[in-house]
Amino acid sequence: MTAMDPNLRATKTSCPYCGVGCGVLATPDGTGGAAIAGDPEHPANFGRLCSKGSALGETLGQSERLLHPMIRGESGAMQQVAWGTALDHAADRFRAIIRQHGPDSVAFYLSGQLLTEDYYVANKLMKGFIGSANVDTNSRLCMASSVAGHKRAFGADTVPGCYEDLDEADLLVLAGSNAAWCHPVLYQRMLANKQARGARIVVIDPRRTDTAGDDDLFLGLKPGTDTALFSGLLAYLADNGALDQDYIDAHTMGFDEALARARHIAGSVASTALATGLPETDVAAFFHLFRNTPRVVTLYSQGVNQSAQGTDKVNAILNCHLATGRIGRIGMGPFSLTGQPNAMGGREVGGLANQLAAHMGFTPPEIDRVRRFWKAPRIATHEGLKAVQMFEAIGRGQIKALWVIGTNPVVSLPDADAVRAAVGTLDLFVVSENVRSNDTVNAGAHVLLPAHAWGEKSGTVTNSERRISRQRSFLKPAGEAMPDWWILSEVARRLGFGAGFNYSSAADIFREHAALSAFENNGRRDFDIGGLAKVSDDGFDSMAPVLWPVREGTTQPQPRFFAEGAFFAKDFRARFIAVEMPELRSATSAARPLRLNTGRIRDQWHTMTRTGLSPRLGQHLPEPFVEIHPDDAVPAGVSDGGYAKLTTDYGTCILKVVISPRQQRGLLFAPIHWNDETASFARVGALVAPFVDPFSGQPENKATPVSIAPHAYAQRGFVLSRKPLDLPEQALWTRIAITGGVGYVIAHNSDVATWKEWFQPLRGDDVAEFEDTARGVFRVASFVDDRIETCLFIGPATDGVEWEAVKALFAAEAVSCDQRRLLLSGKSVDGHASAGPIVCACFGVGRTTICDAIAAGAGSAAEIGAQLKAGTNCGSCIPELKRLIAGAEAASVDDAERKLAVAQ
Amino acid sequence: MSEALVIIGNGMAAAKLVDELAQCALGRYAIAVIGDEPRLAYNRVLLSSVLAGEATHDEIELRPASWWRDRGVTLKYGATATSIDMAAREVLTSTGKPEPFSKLVFATGSSALRLPVPGAELAGVHTFRDRSDVDGLLELAAQNKRVVVVGGGLLGLEAAYGLVKAGASVTLIHLMDRLMERQLDAAAAALLKTLVERKGVTVLLEANTARICGDGSVQGVELTDGRRLEADAVIFAAGIRPNASLAREAGVPVNRGIVVDDRMATGTENIFALGECAEHRGTCYGLVAPAYEQAKVLAQHLAGRSAAYEGSVLATNLKVSGVSVFSAGDFMAAEGSETLLLNDIRHGIYKKLVIAEGRLTGAVLVGDTHDALWYLELIRSGADVARLRANLMFGRSLAEAA
Repeated sequence: MTAMDPNLRATKTSCPYCGVGCGVLATPDGTGGAAIAGDPEHPANFGRLCSKGSALGETLGQSERLLHPMIRGESGAMQQVAWGTALDHAADRFRAIIRQHGPDSVAFYLSGQLLTEDYYVANKLMKGFIGSANVDTNSRLCMASSVAGHKRAFGADTVPGCYEDLDEADLLVLAGSNAAWCHPVLYQRMLANKQARGARIVVIDPRRTDTAGDDDLFLGLKPGTDTALFSGLLAYLADNGALDQDYIDAHTMGFDEALARARHIAGSVASTALATGLPETDVAAFFHLFRNTPRVVTLYSQGVNQSAQGTDKVNAILNCHLATGRIGRIGMGPFSLTGQPNAMGGREVGGLANQLAAHMGFTPPEIDRVRRFWKAPRIATHEGLKAVQMFEAIGRGQIKALWVIGTNPVVSLPDADAVRAAVGTLDLFVVSENVRSNDTVNAGAHVLLPAHAWGEKSGTVTNSERRISRQRSFLKPAGEAMPDWWILSEVARRLGFGAGFNYSSAADIFREHAALSAFENNGRRDFDIGGLAKVSDDGFDSMAPVLWPVREGTTQPQPRFFAEGAFFAKDFRARFIAVEMPELRSATSAARPLRLNTGRIRDQWHTMTRTGLSPRLGQHLPEPFVEIHPDDAVPAGVSDGGYAKLTTDYGTCILKVVISPRQQRGLLFAPIHWNDETASFARVGALVAPFVDPFSGQPENKATPVSIAPHAYAQRGFVLSRKPLDLPEQALWTRIAITGGVGYVIAHNSDVATWKEWFQPLRGDDVAEFEDTARGVFRVASFVDDRIETCLFIGPATDGVEWEAVKALFAAEAVSCDQRRLLLSGKSVDGHASAGPIVCACFGVGRTTICDAIAAGAGSAAEIGAQLKAGTNCGSCIPELKRLIAGAEAASVDDAERKLAVAQ
Repeated sequence: MSEALVIIGNGMAAAKLVDELAQCALGRYAIAVIGDEPRLAYNRVLLSSVLAGEATHDEIELRPASWWRDRGVTLKYGATATSIDMAAREVLTSTGKPEPFSKLVFATGSSALRLPVPGAELAGVHTFRDRSDVDGLLELAAQNKRVVVVGGGLLGLEAAYGLVKAGASVTLIHLMDRLMERQLDAAAAALLKTLVERKGVTVLLEANTARICGDGSVQGVELTDGRRLEADAVIFAAGIRPNASLAREAGVPVNRGIVVDDRMATGTENIFALGECAEHRGTCYGLVAPAYEQAKVLAQHLAGRSAAYEGSVLATNLKVSGVSVFSAGDFMAAEGSETLLLNDIRHGIYKKLVIAEGRLTGAVLVGDTHDALWYLELIRSGADVARLRANLMFGRSLAEAA
């Protein structure tokens, strides 16, 4: 990243991670990498990036990339083939299967990380030309309940507000959202509001996440009881004169039924407290705050959506905003935070099984309209199968051909072992991917098609606030990789649909997409970007971020919806929804006494195919873990830092135990990111029950009954290697990107001999080794030209040897004699070991360094930032900094008390 | 008047004894030192450095003449003690002048063994024991002679290394299957062999000398397996023999060496022995460290204090052929003991620590002897090393910090 060619210019693009949709300036270094900075002009982030976005430059290497089309040969091995061969093969097989079994025997499974143009072509091909609506997407796991809730209430999937509302609100209610880790840049924006304007923050979450670091009120409710909380709120608002009766009368329907149902669920503060497990005072405080603060934004995310009653949860929230008329006005409204860079774009093109296209569904007039626009020979006339059902249908043999594009369902879907088994039975399994190897590819793909990755692809994405931004290419494609829209169009052409797919650029597709959004719209559909339908190629290239709608002929931007009603139902009225009594789909039992909550962590993204390549991001939470409350840990017999086996009715995992009082009693938490590429037994999707919401089809990923038991390993250690390695059978391992190669944290129950034998082929002719066989200690490093090639440390679990010092030497081009003399001690000659695990990923500041600063007097996150820079970029480690300060204070209080006790 | 103390032998043990006596009983004895080499005492350990050109004769001198004089010592070097008249309590010397004594100390050292093989008396067969040997060897080397060194112990390795450095072409032959078998285990010996070979010495193991061939002077060495090595000279470095004949002739009880008790007293009253000529509890030591420990005890005893020598933990801590080598205690790891190993062959490092019942009992270090003395201390003290074990191999500062 040094010695930048001054001729290389920064390209404005947008981040490929969460739904905030930050603008990114990428400056290629001319050797396949790029320097990354936030785009100061992008209205989503104004130059700020989070830890993941800042580390994008570390994820651009080609080492893991799929570079050529491949087909599984008769021997079972994947073989490189020409594009033509691969496309012919895929098209021939699709055609044959459709001919024999009908259009509903095939399916596409897409991704919220596809560009809108890619999504559009996939959706058009399946729904307009193949004739099935079996197109679904990983967005089903993410915000389908929000879509369903929006459509029930508003008559369309409309996000009514925009990010400016977060700056202008006086009360920010975060429900089921760990925005501090999952939408860090927006969270910082909310904190800035708090600091500048005194906005108050309420955090509603069964877990005390880092988002709860700056709250004014934390409501640690029982899982699945959000509906009770917001029903109680609706009743309270009605009982305390906070309704906007004019708005209700003029613009809505169904209020009385909804209120009656709300009263039935939680008619008072006391019954709300009972239903949610919250203290009455906290419930009352929240209701009071909400009632008295007109400018309130309720932000919600997976904690609300990812539920078998997710749609009702969404509507319980929307009911409160509709009843107070707090919607579509500055600083007011419900706000769904989407998890992916283009979940919104996918919704716009209709890339979901229960939508047809461009915010149109499967009513006869809509089907006819889309058919005419597409000149579709065979349009789908009914909804297709949603994600979980789709893979169940594959398991039953009902769907025989599947094309997965840009996602990893064998990791991310519930009951993921069943998903893996199901895709193994397909007659045709096509995967378009960036990476050569992931759990889905390895589950038996027949055809692999190399697709452009971020930095190569070009098109548009839409963020959580309906803002369409360009993702632009600034790198040459890896190998023979092609755009997804091109791959889809080529298959379409081979299926005989060439005329409908004669695209020469993403701009072509965008224009068609924009035209469809405006086609016979006349203001009756929210999604309308007809004003962009005639954008030139140059105009598309230079297109600035823009909020939709962009209706043709209007120049006035529309940042908000529904302040004056004008909903998208036939009668222009919103609907209050009488929600069901909250109840989780499954019950705990003696055998499964706890519930498993799942979610993201700060520095990883989805299944880690990109963030997993960044050494910087691998340092914060390197190992897959399960969080458990101290009171649950004791009876379970698990100890902090040990390993535990989690078992549900669907699968098992082995995870590292983190005991934390921030976890609610009875609830475990495990991150979703690790998979068979990055860990041995940590594919948490395999634990998750496949129960889905009846309206949205979104699965309940956060409440699976589970049991936990200690899983002891006598030996622990690590491996550092220049290239990925296969570890011994039965070994527990986690693969972590490190500077110069890959690291594995390992645990095992075998003897030194197993590891010696395993290392044998890696020895080379220059090797240093240390063993204390009686204690089960074996450490070995092989060298090439004084640079460490491979290194293994294994020893008693109780030794607790850390790898920081060894990692530092591994990163070096050459190891000096003095360094080599101490290498196998795992200790540092020059203080590397003392930094501790990384807390601030942006500046690589370790916990020990921070604690030293606190001990030396740094009493606030700002002081730590001034001294060490920690927390001064993306800010997402600030809650952790505060916890460390609080921990140090508590410790010193303990100390003082102890001294006092001694004195007495 | 001071009591007459005569020390026969002018080596390192004698110098150490004088030093110790000067510290604890200065003036109590009138000391006379009789030595047959015509020079001041020197550091015999460093003879190989002189051979290798890494030190001069002057530099290895232990003490200047003034040092001896300041301690009231009469130096009679260049004089060989020929017999002892116990009745008259006099040492007779080659100078003809008897040296009377009240107390007598044997510090006569040892001599190199010459193998009893045919040809052992040929011209060109040398030993490597004193300064005159070094001078002879330097001459050989200067002529780029082919030299066979017999014996792969410390002495042989030193001679071989020195000769190579000085320009000779050297083959070292050793009867056993590994070098320095009394100090090193197989792995350490193998590494040492590699390192020595890297310095230019050809090493033949399991090579048993049958005879030395030559017509008047050395022309080659024949091995029992029939191999024949061409050579211009042969150095015997296959063991030493305590110089005990003088004592034996004087009627002092001698076994292999002069038998001493824990006070370094022989079986004859007022007669003492120390160093390589002495045999303590059945052991004749061939190293300098035990001699120094013995000197300390003997000095205490001669000063009228009680002190006991209970034997030395065998430790070797030397540069062998330019390679640091340390070995101590139960380095072969007796049954029931546990072994810690560190191997870094390319960097010439091998370390082995032996632990029994939670205590360090033995150590071998090749190539990195930074912590040798600490290990020796732990072996000697028998301290519990359980707490240190995890980092024991990586040295004192790290282990004690942890």
